[in-house]
Amino acid sequence: MDFISQDLSPLWISLATSVAATTITMIAGMGAAAWRQRRTGPLSPIIDAIFLLPLVLPPTLVGFGLLVLFGRNGPLGKFLLGFGATVVFSWPATVIAAAVVSFPLMYLTSRAALDQVDPHFLQAARTLGATEWRIFRRVALPLAWPGVLAGTILSFARAMGEFGATLMLAGNIPGRTETIPIAIYFAVEAGDMRAAVRWSAIELGISFVLLAALYYWTHAASGGRARWARSRP
Amino acid sequence: MKKFSVLLGVVAAVMLLSYPAVISGLARDSGPASVSEITVSAAISLKDALDDIGKKYEGSHAGVKVVSNYGGSGTLRNQIEQGAPVDVFFSASQKDMDALNAKGLIEPKTRRDIVANTLVLIVPSDRDSGIHDFADLAGAQVKTIAVGDAATVPAGMYAEQVFSALGLTAAVHGKLVLAKDVRQALTFVATGNADAGVVYSTDARSTSKVRVVATAPANSHDPIVYPAAVLKSAHNAAAGGTLVEYFAADDAKAVFQKYGFAIPPR
Repeated sequence: MDFISQDLSPLWISLATSVAATTITMIAGMGAAAWRQRRTGPLSPIIDAIFLLPLVLPPTLVGFGLLVLFGRNGPLGKFLLGFGATVVFSWPATVIAAAVVSFPLMYLTSRAALDQVDPHFLQAARTLGATEWRIFRRVALPLAWPGVLAGTILSFARAMGEFGATLMLAGNIPGRTETIPIAIYFAVEAGDMRAAVRWSAIELGISFVLLAALYYWTHAASGGRARWARSRP
Repeated sequence: MKKFSVLLGVVAAVMLLSYPAVISGLARDSGPASVSEITVSAAISLKDALDDIGKKYEGSHAGVKVVSNYGGSGTLRNQIEQGAPVDVFFSASQKDMDALNAKGLIEPKTRRDIVANTLVLIVPSDRDSGIHDFADLAGAQVKTIAVGDAATVPAGMYAEQVFSALGLTAAVHGKLVLAKDVRQALTFVATGNADAGVVYSTDARSTSKVRVVATAPANSHDPIVYPAAVLKSAHNAAAGGTLVEYFAADDAKAVFQKYGFAIPPR
């Protein structure tokens, strides 16, 4: 028992999960934001609402939905089982849960950042014959970068803190799916206050550093574009 | 903007007005129960049997209401240690009862061993997983094994003892999905999401979605005997004592046996 509770595996699992989930949300969230920005129609509010739902739904509902979807008898679960892959109670399940709940934050922030880009720049690029992808990559994205970075950090922090949906989809497998929030929950359940405090301190420290970095960077970015530009690699 | 402030005002007024109602509603829910209510914190493996017995008891004891709170025995023990208002504790392990006893939280004279159980290895009934015994759990085809979290779930603690006795501890590490109670471990297997699970034989018979493939050797774990006792803090100690006696009496015994529990020799 000791080697299970003493090791740092929840930290590494949480970090690996958050990195993977943030990579997914970054691409999906930015892609969705760019897509929604271009195409607006009568259905826009509905699609936006769907994208934001994971932000407000109870984690239990998200977890239940994912379980139904990815469970052994669920549509996606069955499909993946055809390739010999089971999602429930596996490490990828922690990534899926974290990606779903952090997606709205990435979408919201990068949408707002892209909306603030002066359309004249994009028009100018278009008159010069640049493709839409090139305009996005070379004009829109660099201008929206502070917002996108903020969204990325927020998503990462949210992924680090994901608990409910993760527990339901990935379960608690020490050394495989036991993230820091899950370690805290089970430590409290077991009355193991020392472990609960230790993991809480680690989670608190990481989240604080992330948010402080977020404000530091966004402040630097808005406080003077020159300063930001100079420090950019 | 003005419209918004009006709306805000209305919302605030509604919240303020409903405040006393909400508070009194909460108080009614969590306040001291009426004298005729007996709160039992019981191991969740007892759920089906105790639901029946509670109804029977209420039928033969007019004006008494048995309120059951089910969970992992370790979780229930923690709640009691934190001051949960409970009259009777009915644990799936001696360990949790001993812990409360050591802290002087139970009435030792009221403590009785009520039922006994066995530990089994289960698999989802809808597939042939090639798991026929505990030793098969070491195989690569077994990815997930549902067990209770040993720290709070006696069934998980017994399972850990079995793995250790059979020399499987290292082989199953990284496969154990820790459930918050034994019924959750059962569900993990019943839904087919875990390849195998270790639960009580009484849990296994509660659903057709799992199949028992092996029974843990009795000498591979502590005896699984469920003790019940009245708590020192019980607001209704006499009624609690009567209920614990009823658990050990013939009427209740028949129900326990119906659900597959054994009656330990006295």
